[in-house]
Amino acid sequence: MAAGVGKTYRMLQEGHAEQEAGRDVAIGYMEPHKRPETSVLAEGLETVPRRRVTYRDTDLEEMDLPALLARAPELALIDELAHTNAPGAEHEKRYEDVRDVLAAGIDVFSTVNVQHLESLNDQVAELTGTRVRETIPDAVLGKADEVVLIDLTPEALVQRLRAGKVYPGESIEAALRNFFTVENLLALREVALRQVAHEVEAKRLVIEEPLGTREERVAAEVPKAIGERLLALVRPQPSSQRLVRRAWRSAQRLGTGLDLLWVKPPGQPIEGEVERQVTALRHLASVLGATFLIEESDSLVDGAAQVVRERGITYIMVGESEQPRGLARLREPLPQRLMRATPAGVDVRIVAHRGFKDREAE
Amino acid sequence: MTAEHVLIAVALIAGLAGGYLFARSRWRGRRSERPQAIHQILLPFTGTAISRRSLDAALRLAHAEDATLMPAYLATVPKQLPLDCSIPAEAAKAMPMLEAIEQRATAQGVNIDSRIERGRSYRHALARLLDRERFDRVVVPATAEVGAGFSGDDLVWLLEKAPAEVLILRPAPGDNLFVTTTGSSHTKRRSGTRETQ
Repeated sequence: MAAGVGKTYRMLQEGHAEQEAGRDVAIGYMEPHKRPETSVLAEGLETVPRRRVTYRDTDLEEMDLPALLARAPELALIDELAHTNAPGAEHEKRYEDVRDVLAAGIDVFSTVNVQHLESLNDQVAELTGTRVRETIPDAVLGKADEVVLIDLTPEALVQRLRAGKVYPGESIEAALRNFFTVENLLALREVALRQVAHEVEAKRLVIEEPLGTREERVAAEVPKAIGERLLALVRPQPSSQRLVRRAWRSAQRLGTGLDLLWVKPPGQPIEGEVERQVTALRHLASVLGATFLIEESDSLVDGAAQVVRERGITYIMVGESEQPRGLARLREPLPQRLMRATPAGVDVRIVAHRGFKDREAE
Repeated sequence: MTAEHVLIAVALIAGLAGGYLFARSRWRGRRSERPQAIHQILLPFTGTAISRRSLDAALRLAHAEDATLMPAYLATVPKQLPLDCSIPAEAAKAMPMLEAIEQRATAQGVNIDSRIERGRSYRHALARLLDRERFDRVVVPATAEVGAGFSGDDLVWLLEKAPAEVLILRPAPGDNLFVTTTGSSHTKRRSGTRETQ
């Protein structure tokens, strides 16, 4: 999108992930822009040393293409795709170097700002009043297997700039006055989002099914229109995983959201095995796109009823309780208590616990 | 001994018996709610089928050692998405597999604590799982089929990195039965190359 959003940082993160996954990764060229956190992230990744080029009595540092090709890693990280090389290098532009690297069978992760795309150069210049001279043909981006947009709100980027995370202190005010205005960044963001949407659309191989008749479309929208929302009452125990799986499948069928709720007794510490199970539930919720909630209450029913009212829940799923013992046998079962405590129309479903059935069978 | 003494003795016995029964029921209740101690066997898998031999081996071990089996579905996240994004399509594949594994485990009296882990690659997902969870043993099937599960490199990496015993099951001539997502404990015959070491 623009300088300072974290392109280099993200490229290095992906490089680490690939290296961790067993790939041979090397940095072909990285521009830390005097950002310490970026330099720190580069540690642990092998860097192919740059070469010095003297041009008009000025020493410049460039990517050493022959050295990178000789090193031949599986994956090369090459920053600033639109960079123009110093005279005397193999190619005029870095994206041409990248072509050679790719031709040598080396995968490449690279970075580029949206304003460097040839077709967008005029548009960006018009929107921002600033024209960049280093551009790359759109076809270069079109050949990429994946295009990842590093998105940041203009406000957050300006905040990063003010905090000195993008440019050193003396350049900050000038940058804020000229290019880094919220209006400019908004325009760049919009252009970047549109461009990536266009790239994704162009790469889509699967054509969506036709939408069908009007009646079918209406029928498909009915569950959403009703506004169902599911709540699964969980506990930090492995057995809750099955309940979550069932609840998620129901939510998928209804095309609706899912909340997971643990009503925690007040004062109960979240530590040890409980903490581990809470983390597992939180992680599962994140995988499924569900929301994990912890409500502190003495009463499971009261805690659940409060969340039901707050979040407009229409459907509660609970796990099967163990056979009550002693005086607990006289107590009203949980589903009935839940139904009485929650607004009318809220359904309660019990998910059988497979283990209980087997125990009974024994 | 007077009737009064008898009454006091009866009351004492009744009180003690009641206290014992109450304490036992409380203890049982707490024990059933108490999560298992850490003694776990990790069974990582990918895709929509898992070798039945490796699952059975993991279950046998878990049963013998009174351990909890942790089947972990490894999912890959495309680079254009954040690593911590929701992955409903992958989850839809994982759920029936985990259900099928749980069904077999429950039938054998083995406790289950399943996971779904994300990564940029299967190995990256496994690395994240190794960081996040604690376990005593990893059971992993070796396969000769390209793209099916873990490669030789992955297994070497696992041996180096896993902070636990690693049990790699060598493919056997008869190892062509799989637990799949087509049913809770269904099996299928898979045609193709088989390792015959």
